[in-house]
Amino acid sequence: MANPLYCEPASLTRRGLLGAGVSFFAWTHMPKMASAAGARDPRFLTVILRGALDGLSAVAPLGDPDYQALRTGIALQKDGANPAIMLDGFFALHPSMTNFARLYREKKATVIHAAASPYRERSHFDGQDVLESGLGGVGRVDSGWLNRAMAAMPKGEKIATKGGLGVGTVTPLIMRGSAPVLGWAPQRLAEAPEDLGRRVMDLYAAKDPVLAKALAAGIKADELAKGGPALEQGGGERGAMARAATGAARLMMKDDGPRVAALSYDGWDTHANQGGARGRLADLLGGLDGALAAFEKELQPVWKDTIILVITEFGRTAKINGTEGSDHGTATVAMLIGGAVKGGRVIADWPGLKDNMLHEGRDLRATTDLRSVMKGVMADHLGLPAAVLGDAVFPGSQALKPMSGLVV
Amino acid sequence: MSQDRLAIIALQRFGLGPNSRSIKTISHDPRAALLAEIRSDALALVDKTLPNTARAIQMITEIEERRRVARAAQRTTAQAAGAAPAQQMAAGQMPPAMEMQPSAAVPSANAPAAMMRDPDEVTLQDVMNAETRARLEHGIAQTCGFAERWVMFWSNHFCVATRRGQIMRSTVGAYERETIRAHAFGKFHDLLAAVETHPAMLHYLDQRQSIGPNSPMGKRRERGLNENLAREILELHTLGVGGGYSQADVTSFAKILTGWSITGFDENIDGYGGFLFAPNRHEPGAHKVMGKSYEQDGKAQGLAVLADLASHPSTAKFIATKLAKHFVADAPPPQLVAKLERNFKETKGDLASLAKTLLNADEAWAAPAKKLKTPAEFVISVFRATAEKPDRPQQVLNALNQMGQPLWNPTGPNGHPDDEASIAAPKAIKTRLDYAQSVARPVAARLDPRELASELFGTALSSETRQAIARAETRPQGLAILLMSPEFQRR
Repeated sequence: MANPLYCEPASLTRRGLLGAGVSFFAWTHMPKMASAAGARDPRFLTVILRGALDGLSAVAPLGDPDYQALRTGIALQKDGANPAIMLDGFFALHPSMTNFARLYREKKATVIHAAASPYRERSHFDGQDVLESGLGGVGRVDSGWLNRAMAAMPKGEKIATKGGLGVGTVTPLIMRGSAPVLGWAPQRLAEAPEDLGRRVMDLYAAKDPVLAKALAAGIKADELAKGGPALEQGGGERGAMARAATGAARLMMKDDGPRVAALSYDGWDTHANQGGARGRLADLLGGLDGALAAFEKELQPVWKDTIILVITEFGRTAKINGTEGSDHGTATVAMLIGGAVKGGRVIADWPGLKDNMLHEGRDLRATTDLRSVMKGVMADHLGLPAAVLGDAVFPGSQALKPMSGLVV
Repeated sequence: MSQDRLAIIALQRFGLGPNSRSIKTISHDPRAALLAEIRSDALALVDKTLPNTARAIQMITEIEERRRVARAAQRTTAQAAGAAPAQQMAAGQMPPAMEMQPSAAVPSANAPAAMMRDPDEVTLQDVMNAETRARLEHGIAQTCGFAERWVMFWSNHFCVATRRGQIMRSTVGAYERETIRAHAFGKFHDLLAAVETHPAMLHYLDQRQSIGPNSPMGKRRERGLNENLAREILELHTLGVGGGYSQADVTSFAKILTGWSITGFDENIDGYGGFLFAPNRHEPGAHKVMGKSYEQDGKAQGLAVLADLASHPSTAKFIATKLAKHFVADAPPPQLVAKLERNFKETKGDLASLAKTLLNADEAWAAPAKKLKTPAEFVISVFRATAEKPDRPQQVLNALNQMGQPLWNPTGPNGHPDDEASIAAPKAIKTRLDYAQSVARPVAARLDPRELASELFGTALSSETRQAIARAETRPQGLAILLMSPEFQRR
C-alpha cells in the first residue's frame, strides 16, 4: 500500500499533546479521583472484525420495504425455519446470535446501525487503518486511538499503569503507540527458560531497544497467562474464536493484568455465497456470539464495569452481487456489549435503502460517525474529557460530539 | 566498510543469512555473489514429486466426488432407517468455504485432532508438508539466497492464501512455481498475466464465480458480477491505492474479467487446472477502464487491460517503493526509489534489470540494518546457520503461525507486512525466543556457539553479542542467544 505519509517521524501523540495545550496538561495532573473512571476499575475491549462485516445481515432492517428485494435469497425472515430475532419493530438480529439477543433483552447490549468510520473508499487495508488510527482519513499509521487513549490517562490510573493487551501475534494498529502494550496468543511451542529470556533481554537493553520492548512485553504476557485451567482445545473455527476471547479475558482479570485490550477476528469478506440465516456468515456470527459469551463468563466478577465494542472497517453493498455475496460498501453496524452498557436499543438514524438514498447508488449511507460512539464510550466509561478525545485521541474531531447515554 | 560487513549485508539484507562457509565464500566480492544469482535456474524449484496445478486440482475434485458419494450414501441409510437427515456434518463434509482459518489471533496450521484423522485431510497436509520442505531446502541450498528472497517478495506481493479452502492448500506450491518462479526475472507484464490467469488466483479472489449480468448465463441464472479480483489487481498488484482508478473503473474491469475461470473444475472439459475462458459468462461489449475503451473479444480484452496496467507509471512507482521498503528500510532512501522507478519505466518492467538496479545501488547498501527479518526469513536463516535439515516441516509451519506469518497464508490479499512495527510484536518476538531455544537444544551437541558466531559473522560480530554468547551457562543457551542477537535478527 503506497502511503506517502507513513514515514513521517513526528508522533501523533506528541502533536496532540502540543495541540491540546494547557488544558490537557492541567487535566493529566489532576488528582486521580477527579476522572469519571475514578475508584472503579473498568475493563474495555475492542473486537475488530476484519474483512468488512455485512451489517445488513447481522442486524437486518426487516421493516425497510426495500430490504427483501435487495437481498433475494439471503434476506433474513420473521418466520420460517430460522427466524431472525426481533430487536424492535424494525430491526432483527441474525438468528445465530442468541447470546447477544439475551444480553440485549437484559439491556446489556446495544446496536448502532448505519454507522461508519470517516473512510469513504473501499480498500480493506486503508479502511482498517482509518478505523484503528482514529484519524479523519487515510494518513499516518504509527499509532492507534486506543493506545493514545491510554497514553492520555492521568498518571496513576490503573488503565494507564497496567498497559494494554494486543491479542494475536501482530499488535493491531489500534493498540500501537507510546503506552505500554502486552501481546498474547494461545501457546504452542515449549517456552524458553526464564534465564535465557533474561540474558537476551540484557543483550537487547544494550543493543536494541525495539526488540527489548517487544520481548519484555511478550515474556510478561506469557508469565501472566500461567496457571489456571488450560484452554480447551478443538472446536474448529468457533472453538478458536472462543479460545482467544477466554485467554484475553483471563489476562484482563489478573490483578496485574491489562485493563484495555484489542482482538481481531478475520474472514468477514463475504464476496461469495455468504448465506442467510445459515451459511458462511452465520457461522462467523455464531463464532462471534460464542466469543462474547466467553468474555461474559470469564469477566463475570468485573462484568458490571466492562464494555466490549465490536467494530469493522466498513459495510457491504446493499444489493447482493452476482455470486450471492456482497462487495465492499460503506455503513454497517457497531455493537456494544457488557455490564456497563446502557443497552436494549438499536441506535440508528436510518437512511433507508431506496436507490436515491444509497451512498453512490450502492451502499447503506452512513448517518453516524463511528468516532462519536468510540468517543462516547471513552468519555463515559474511561473518563476521558471531550477536549482530550477531540485532540490527542481522535485528532481534529473536536466538532464531533461524543455520543452520550451509551454507558450506565 | 570491511569486507566482512559487506558480506553480512549481502547475506542478511539481500539473502537468507550466512551459513558457516558464507563469509569465506563471498567476502572477496559480496555484490558479485548476489548478482550471480540473477538467473532463472536459481528461481526454479524442480521436484517431480510435487503436484502441478492440474494434478492438485484433480486431487480436489476426486476428494469432492468421494464426499458427494459418501453424503448420498449417508442420506440413503438415514432414510432407510426412517430417521431425519443427519443435522451435523462431519468435519470432512464441510463446504470448502468452511475450511478457512479462524483468525490472526488464533492461527492454525494445526488442524484440530478430529480433522486430522480424515484421510483427505492427511493427504492435503502431506502436500503442504512436502511443499514446505521443498521450499526450505531450496532456500538452504543457495549461496546467498537472493533469488529466493526475490521469489518470496513477489510471492507475497501476488499472494494467495491456504485459508481459502482445500483447493488453495493443494495448489499453493504449484502456483508459486508456475507463476513467480517462472517469471520473477522476466517481464513484469508476463508475471502479472501468469498470476492473474492462474487457477489459484482465480479461485482465491473469487473470479471463477463472477458472471457478466448480460452474458447468456447471467441472464439465465440471475447471478452476476464479483469485483474482488478486479479491485485487488488495481489496488494491490499494479497501480496501488491512490494510483488513479475509481469505483467505476473497478466495476468496469470486473466486467471485462468475467468468463475467466478454471478448466476441469467448473466445467469438466480440457483437462484439469488450466485457464478457461467461458464465453457464456463474459459480459459482452466494450468497456472503459481509466478513460480507455477496450473493444477486444474474450480473454484478449482482460489481457489488454493487464498490459496497460503493467506499463502505467503508477505501477512503476508502487513497485519501486514496495521493493525498496522490503529490502532496505521502512522509510527507504528516495534516491533508491527513484532509481528503481526509472529502471522499471525504461526497461518496461524488466525484473532482472530491476534486481540488478537494486543490488548496484549504493544507497541500498549504505542504509543501517534496521529491518527485522520476516518470520520466514528468520526460520530459513536458522536452518542455514545451524546446518540443520528441515525434516519436520509441520513444526516450521506451526512456528511461522505463532510468529504471525503463516506460510502462504496471510490474512488478506495484501500479504504479510514487513515493517518493524508489524513484525516486532510482543508475542511474535517471544515466539522467536521459544523457537530459538527449541532449535538450539539438539543442535548444540555438535556446534560450539562461540565458533559458530565467528564463522557466521566474522569481524562483523559485536563485542556485546560475542560476550553474551561466551558467558552463556550452556551451549544450547549460547546458541539461542546467537540466534536471537540483533546481528542475526536485523538486516
